[in-house]
Amino acid sequence: MNIDWPHFTPWTALAGGALIGLAASLLVLARGRIAGISGIVAGLLRPQSGDVAWRAAFVIGLFVAPWLLPVAAPQIEAGPLRLIAAGLLVGLGTRYGSGCTSGHGVCGLSRRSPRSLVAALAFMAAGFAVVYVLRHLA
Amino acid sequence: MKLFTTWIAGLIFGLGLVLSGMSNPTKVLGFLDLAGAWDPSLALVMGGAIAVGSIGFALAVRRTRSWLGDPMQLPTASRIDRRLVLGSVAFGAGWGLAGFCPGPALVAAAQGYWQALLFVAAMLAGMKLFELLERRR
Repeated sequence: MNIDWPHFTPWTALAGGALIGLAASLLVLARGRIAGISGIVAGLLRPQSGDVAWRAAFVIGLFVAPWLLPVAAPQIEAGPLRLIAAGLLVGLGTRYGSGCTSGHGVCGLSRRSPRSLVAALAFMAAGFAVVYVLRHLA
Repeated sequence: MKLFTTWIAGLIFGLGLVLSGMSNPTKVLGFLDLAGAWDPSLALVMGGAIAVGSIGFALAVRRTRSWLGDPMQLPTASRIDRRLVLGSVAFGAGWGLAGFCPGPALVAAAQGYWQALLFVAAMLAGMKLFELLERRR
């Protein structure tokens, strides 16, 4: 294994992660809800009365965040076709799998859910495999 | 108060994504590229999030009502089935294709980057497609 030391940012990674864990804790303790982004967004696509406002409030919070911290422009390597394919897979996959990196990865593993552990291992493995194929075989 | 607290939770979540560098797809792909120059940052993001989240969820599972009086809506599903695994594999494949998962994509879309907007539009279409397919079952 060859570690990319110049890009490895352990302290901001840990601190940012801690903030994510804090946000998930706040949402579940204060509102009784899981901070799973795909689930929160999917609920907005089929709005049910009394269930929209909290989802919208959370998403608006996400939207405001990058305007409050100085942040470098994201580097996005994928072209339009790849972005569309990726988005479709992420949209479909997170619905069939009932969660993404936040719902299964952060919240599910925090509450020691075996189901979330399986999901997280599956999406990590698929992510590693696809990047391996794209960068080292294709 | 309820909505303000929820907004704050979303804001802190987003700040965590930005601070940790996870809103940058190239950094995420640097983690997923085990065979190349590997950037372990994402593992520490997950580690930090789970360390803090474990405390919150340990407190949450003992409650019947939230601090603000809502019913606790913790997941009850426990079945590990093909749907869960294949769905997660599809998600992971999409994640590896572009380096975006839903949270970071929304953050980058909020900044107006067209690639993120395109990804989010496709993601919403994928979610909508799921609903249509489910309705026909």
